[in-house]
Amino acid sequence: MSMVPEVTGGGSQATLEAAAEPIPVGRKIIQGRSPWRLAWERLRTDRAAIISTATIAVIILLALLAPLIAHWLGHGPNQQFVDIGEDENGNPIGPNGTFWFGTDSSARDLFVRTIYGARISLSIGVLATLVSIAIGTVFGLAAGYLGGVADALIARFIDVVLAVPFLVIAISVASIWRPSFWLVIFVVGVLGFSYPARIVRGQVISLKEKEFVQSARALGAGPLRIMFVDLLPNVVALVIVYGSLLIPAAIVAEATLSFLGVGVQPPTADWGAMISDAQGYYQYGYWWYLLFPSLALLITTLAFNILGDSVRDALDPRGGGIYK
Amino acid sequence: MSDVNPVPPDGGDILLQVENLVKYFPVKGTAFFQQREYVHAVDDVSFTVRRGETFGIVGETGCGKSTLGRSIARLHDITAGRIVFDGRDISKISQRRMRPLRREIQMIFQDPIGSLNPRRRVGSIIGDPFAIHRTATGTERKRRVQELMERVGLNPEHYNRFPAEFSGGQRQRIGVARALAFQPKLVICDEPVSALDVSIQAQVINLLADLQKEFGLTYIFIAHDLSVVRHVSNNVAVMYLGKMTEIAPADDLFDTPRHPYTGALLSAVPLPDPDHSDERQQIVLVGDVPSPIAPPSGCRFHPRCPKAAPVCVTQDPKLEPRLGDGPGHTAACHLPMAQGENLADFKPSIGAEERVIEPEGVLAADALPDASGNGTGDGSTVALPASGEGGKS
Repeated sequence: MSMVPEVTGGGSQATLEAAAEPIPVGRKIIQGRSPWRLAWERLRTDRAAIISTATIAVIILLALLAPLIAHWLGHGPNQQFVDIGEDENGNPIGPNGTFWFGTDSSARDLFVRTIYGARISLSIGVLATLVSIAIGTVFGLAAGYLGGVADALIARFIDVVLAVPFLVIAISVASIWRPSFWLVIFVVGVLGFSYPARIVRGQVISLKEKEFVQSARALGAGPLRIMFVDLLPNVVALVIVYGSLLIPAAIVAEATLSFLGVGVQPPTADWGAMISDAQGYYQYGYWWYLLFPSLALLITTLAFNILGDSVRDALDPRGGGIYK
Repeated sequence: MSDVNPVPPDGGDILLQVENLVKYFPVKGTAFFQQREYVHAVDDVSFTVRRGETFGIVGETGCGKSTLGRSIARLHDITAGRIVFDGRDISKISQRRMRPLRREIQMIFQDPIGSLNPRRRVGSIIGDPFAIHRTATGTERKRRVQELMERVGLNPEHYNRFPAEFSGGQRQRIGVARALAFQPKLVICDEPVSALDVSIQAQVINLLADLQKEFGLTYIFIAHDLSVVRHVSNNVAVMYLGKMTEIAPADDLFDTPRHPYTGALLSAVPLPDPDHSDERQQIVLVGDVPSPIAPPSGCRFHPRCPKAAPVCVTQDPKLEPRLGDGPGHTAACHLPMAQGENLADFKPSIGAEERVIEPEGVLAADALPDASGNGTGDGSTVALPASGEGGKS
């Protein structure tokens, strides 16, 4: 019960007076740290995060420097070495001093093609994820905050997208339009929006009952401002966590499409397409043909997944945040 | 209390008039063909607030006082009734057309943590009113925000901090600064100090009083803490289960309560002096507050009222002056209390089936003989301190 000074007596008035003296300010003892800074400090001390970040950095560096490396080796990604890159029957040759990862069935340098493949995988992985989280965040914010009809429509649309198998849509779309780099980003990005949309929607539904949303309304903020100024900063952490886990999924989806021949088209070097090409060869002893593109795909997705987990732990130390 | 508020209870013209305000919330989860049920959060409430006064609203948790405040601020659409603010009927206007008016009606919220966006910096939170209404930008906005921070007793250098870096009292000052950016005509304070430490409560209340003097603000002060309300308010309304049971000038209400519910509330206010507190007889009400989904007939307080009579079951008492009170003191009671009357001397004259029946097995008093500590007989006793704890968040 309250012990607010009784106001009937004169003495209590003095208590009020005394309590009202100015708050001492200006002494800085504890340095305030923003939530982002705290997350960054947690991330910096996480060994898994450091290793996966280093791995990703190496992959990105290789992808960026691929033309330089190709130039230095003297092997273009699509250059065929009919003389030295094939055995007498026209089959791939194994790793050696000239071709570090061996050659493929068209006598091309597998190493150069693998690092060129990283360019495709990384750029599609990141761009498709950006498309997914942009669409997903907007839809999730709208569905969660507006509720009612908007929510019903978006939620049912998400259900429909989740219910139809990804590959069926992707293959149909690719067969209608000519498969290309941008089409893959479009297909993977748009079809991936449903997961972030659901997660953002759930978070927004719980956030919109908070008093700060009510106070924004009381100040006269419109729905757009509340969604993008008040609510968005509160779902950014969630979106980043989910985005970092979507990147490997998008890379795998891209490789799958290329594997099936509806992704990036030859002769562009691509891991999925390389794995697909290797299918007719690895059983006959041409192990390097399958191994190196697969290893590249595995290491890349693993590194992104581990980093994504660490990011989630750093941003949401309670753990299991996005799987709730 | 006139030592805080310079405006006498009936000075000043009418700023806000609320007539027969009704707000029901539909209850979800009922079967398809079942009749839809409603929570009667605010049911037929009328009152007026004069310019420059502080109008206190007290009541237990769940009595509808916060819903009432939010309805007046039009954060809810109201079910029925009229709200006339400064000569304009705002009860039916759309949220879009309400927006410019929001500069004139502001709210201060209870939760100093929940009412500030945790991911935004304080400067941008306090600058929100300027950003929303596009009245100041860039350095001009920053200058005005820092002026506001200084005015409410915050260090303007803390412009770039996050809400989490402030204490509860400081956070409530941030809320006050934000609400005062446009010097609104009406500020609805929804339990502004309930979540604060007692010493901090006094600071925030004094700040609110200073600002009222300086800017001529009108407050609606919602609280469950009677002593705070008495201290700050010119007029006080008591709410019970969505209805106003009594409205009176603060001192009248505390000196001569007419409604037995007010009487019971007042007797639950702890006195600082233990000797006095022992002498005084606390009136302990029977049972819990009935469900607002199916409120009792007639006077909603009758199942718990020590003076309940058959008329209380059948007729809803009007809110009008009783026992020769002036027009400023109204009570909704068929059997109002006379001055000095002791509620403990009364026995209700209605049938037992009209009385609140204790839910069987659930915390029945005989299962916990010493739980109440005083054992006043009469089976289960639930003290009615609408007062709450004034506790920490």
